[in-house]
Amino acid sequence: MNIVIVDYGTGNIKSIQFAFKRLGVEAILSSNPEIIKAADKVIFPGVGEASSAMKMLKKSGLDKLIPTLEQPVLGICLGMQLMCNYTEEGNTKGLGIFKANVKRFSNAVKVPQMGWNTIKNLKSDLFKGIHESDYMYLVHSYYAENCDEAIATSDYEMQYASALAKDNFYGVQFHPEKSSIVGEQLLKNFLKL
Amino acid sequence: MLTKRIVPCLDIKNGRTVKGVNFVDLRDAGDPVVLAKQYAELGADELVFLDISATLEGRKTMHDMVLKVAEQVNIPFTVGGGISSVEDVDDLLHCGADKVSINSSAIKRPELVNELSNKFGSQCVVVAIDAKQIDNKWIVHLAGGTIPTELNLFDWAKEVEQRGAGEILFTSMNNDGTKAGFANDALVKLANTVNIPIIASGGAGTVQHFVDTFKIGKADAALAASVFHFGEIEILELKKELRKQNIEVRL
Repeated sequence: MNIVIVDYGTGNIKSIQFAFKRLGVEAILSSNPEIIKAADKVIFPGVGEASSAMKMLKKSGLDKLIPTLEQPVLGICLGMQLMCNYTEEGNTKGLGIFKANVKRFSNAVKVPQMGWNTIKNLKSDLFKGIHESDYMYLVHSYYAENCDEAIATSDYEMQYASALAKDNFYGVQFHPEKSSIVGEQLLKNFLKL
Repeated sequence: MLTKRIVPCLDIKNGRTVKGVNFVDLRDAGDPVVLAKQYAELGADELVFLDISATLEGRKTMHDMVLKVAEQVNIPFTVGGGISSVEDVDDLLHCGADKVSINSSAIKRPELVNELSNKFGSQCVVVAIDAKQIDNKWIVHLAGGTIPTELNLFDWAKEVEQRGAGEILFTSMNNDGTKAGFANDALVKLANTVNIPIIASGGAGTVQHFVDTFKIGKADAALAASVFHFGEIEILELKKELRKQNIEVRL
């Protein structure tokens, strides 16, 4: 299977590559549109700040390419947030794949949310073999609002969408590559989609 | 709900763990990668590696270790010790570290915290603070707690938060090594001072100490070394007891 991790100069993408390697799958890093288009599965990662990440996507033309992909695409963390309509971080327009808007947690809670939280209201094959209230590892200051595209929710300040799906596009706020065996199960499930 | 975190800390010198570790029958208990894997399987929520190598050669070995840990371990980990520049952090994150912890270098040049959070995001910037209570004041120390500074723990914590730190790792030098419990009075005051997560460090000796630091100290995570390394407290048992006492943990 041909797995491509979109490499647009952001974040710790080696961890995702290593996570697939632990599952016995070699994933390649690429920013080349032809290679990404030809992949069986695409991972769209992201760590850092939204507006600068979006600038880097635009620089390489990937902002146009990603919404047109037809194979399963999994956005992780900031990747998921960039797939949304809009994010308050740096007042950034997203790729518009998901209609959710991304907002900042208020100071009523500690920001960033850092650590393990439960995922609930699981709705997709992405969560096969994963149970309601299993734990995933999260680090984020911004969250996607709960909406009808949510396939998992978590509670922090309020109930928010910790995973989204629309057609062939999936997005997860948590880091499956860092979420122990539950995260590994999710990555396995993604490979089977 | 977001859980409280249990964080074993490993001291590393020239790529090997320093203190003996004998909580489980391992083929090579000096190999941090083997240990890290074991801790992940035993239920640790994340790991901290503190590099105490004094030489350049030792630091290079650290990069290889970070790479191997990232390859083999499926929980997040933080690397600290001797980090003093954006380049140092860039290297470690490229090797697969999730977070870095800075201490003395932030005291010497506080702008480093801004530079790191701007470039890599707050989520990977942990500021470690070693402080000692002297005449009712919590005085920040640098260079592994050997040199007192003019800084007060709470002012310094507030400052690093404003500069973009994503988390504070507070070690009470009064409590460290005593096994008499965490510095919960200072911790709760710290929790009321900043709005970023706090890792409590120094003083873990019993399960009840962990209960207290979460309940009384309002800590978000608790770090310990020897009680885990020598099998005095088993992480799974600890977490079961925490849950029994209504503290949210990942089991």
